Amino acid sequence: MKNLLEVENLKVNFRTKKERLRAVRGISFSLKKGETLCIVGESGCGKSITSLSIIGLLPSNGEIAEGSIKLDGNELLGKTENELEIMRGNEISMIFQEPMTALNPTFTIGFQLREPLMIHKKMSKKEATKKSIELLEKVGIPNPVEKLRQFPHELSGGMRQRVMIAMALACEPSLLLADEPTTALDVTIQAQILELMDELKRQMGMGVVFVTHDMGVVAEIADRVMVMYAGEVVEIGDVDRIFNHPQHPYTKGLLGAVPNVDDEEHHLNIIPGSMPNLDDEISGCRFHPRCPYAMDICRKKNPTTFQVTSSHQSKCWLQEVTDVDRLHTTS
Amino acid sequence: MLVLIVRRLFQLVLLLFGISFIVFMSMFIAPGDPAAIIAGPTASASDLEAIRASMGLDKPVLVQYLDYLAGVLHGDFGYSYQTGQSVSDAIISRFPNTFKLAVASMIVAMAIGIFAGIISAIKHNSWIDFSSTTIALLGVSIPNFWLGAMLILVFAVNLQILPVGGLSYSIFSLEGIKELVLPAITLGTASAALIARMSRSSMLEVIQSDYIRTAKAKGVKKRSIVWVHALRNAMIPVITIIGIDFGALLGGTVITEQVFAINGVGRLMIDAIAARDFPIIQGTVLLVAAIFVVVNLIIDIIYALIDPRISYD
Repeated sequence: MKNLLEVENLKVNFRTKKERLRAVRGISFSLKKGETLCIVGESGCGKSITSLSIIGLLPSNGEIAEGSIKLDGNELLGKTENELEIMRGNEISMIFQEPMTALNPTFTIGFQLREPLMIHKKMSKKEATKKSIELLEKVGIPNPVEKLRQFPHELSGGMRQRVMIAMALACEPSLLLADEPTTALDVTIQAQILELMDELKRQMGMGVVFVTHDMGVVAEIADRVMVMYAGEVVEIGDVDRIFNHPQHPYTKGLLGAVPNVDDEEHHLNIIPGSMPNLDDEISGCRFHPRCPYAMDICRKKNPTTFQVTSSHQSKCWLQEVTDVDRLHTTS
Repeated sequence: MLVLIVRRLFQLVLLLFGISFIVFMSMFIAPGDPAAIIAGPTASASDLEAIRASMGLDKPVLVQYLDYLAGVLHGDFGYSYQTGQSVSDAIISRFPNTFKLAVASMIVAMAIGIFAGIISAIKHNSWIDFSSTTIALLGVSIPNFWLGAMLILVFAVNLQILPVGGLSYSIFSLEGIKELVLPAITLGTASAALIARMSRSSMLEVIQSDYIRTAKAKGVKKRSIVWVHALRNAMIPVITIIGIDFGALLGGTVITEQVFAINGVGRLMIDAIAARDFPIIQGTVLLVAAIFVVVNLIIDIIYALIDPRISYD
């Protein structure tokens, strides 16, 4: 199937007074229609920046230095702000982490929900109101007519996130970006929201890029998983490959750091050290100072991306060793 | 909302009692004998005695205060020692000028201040921002009397395009508007500068907020993000400043009234203080206090209209 989203060699820098910080260091990935790709990693690994780059909403001191982002074969980089405004909320939508602050406190739910419909679909206020009621019903909000007249502070966090989802999906976008949309919610509400998003994705057949640091959430909704570390993609693959056959030591570390309540013997593994700052230059592999398997080559040379299977890649020298081993055993 | 209004008006009554008492007592402590001022320098001791007796000034202070209060409750605020005019007439004849001037200045201040503040916030750190911030700083620093005198010199004396010298025409005539222009600009610039600085910082904070990012992600046009989504939120703190300024302007502006020869409440009060004209002082102070309470009440009501999170029930 054709790819919905193709990101190639994306590099994002941040300007500060002193220097240029490299937040995203040349990442590539793709997403198919109807697929959910989870981007995981610790805070500051560049996962949110990646999603903001796609919708063109980087903070004012951020800039895309290089690369290509194609939606349906259509290059997004280099589009003018006007062209992007037409796409945002229409073909690409985004939901954010904080439902408490992501809605405008001084406008009604109805106003905020009608807005994308009136802008992109050129609906009249009446048509947009009708559609808004449908949307609220779709995301499971009771008394939608009454809710339209209410203000965000009158709704609970879970309800607000449902409103955000309704708003993002109003124009039936082909690509939905979700930046930790469940992190700020209670666990029970979290499960409901994930289920809702999954169901709507199926109904609308859109592609979803879901940014999270929660491996539990990944297991719940991902089709494919992309693991990022310090601005680079270290491993990408199908969700069962990543969970059952993780290749990169960092992925293994992340999975080992998830508590397991079923297994009393389970020992929580912590990845030693912390993620490097954006301005730390590390020779070789950026993970090697924290890596239990680090070899000589890891300190000298940044690993290339190795193909583990046709749809599973790992950016780690260990892969080369196993490849060589495999070569030896087969020959 | 109604509860708020009733509660505030009740507070206003208590406040006016307190203020009238303090002002009444402080006038007794202050040096200067009103009877001597009324009678003039050549009056004899018996003349003074007669004046005191006729005005009730020989009674104990508390009795005088209660007499005054009794009058006030019947709508009688006393009579000016200097002119014999009733206090309410004196204030009613001056207040329209002060009111016109305050409203006109506030319009100037808000139009310039909010616009400049928002432009410098959205173009922040550009030369537009830099120059508008500098002008705002100048606006706060330049004294009113100097600016007023300069405006008169340029526009009334040299260019002769705007009149100067009191407010004598109806506000609904061209002359009435023209004669308001210079004093309104003089008074408005200081407020404008303050409003601009407040709008700028408030707007800067708002345009970096999550809900503005949400609006952008929906594809809302930049212009409507600024003037619809952000403006309403950014105005909440600015309204406080506007309210305080407007209250102060309505209480009379001594210097500007003096410079432009406007018969307003400010001059009435200052002249009364100079002449120990106690009833006028008492009346104008009560007016200023009442105005402040009412303006603050209006501001609180506007808050609730702009920000739905604020509720007084």
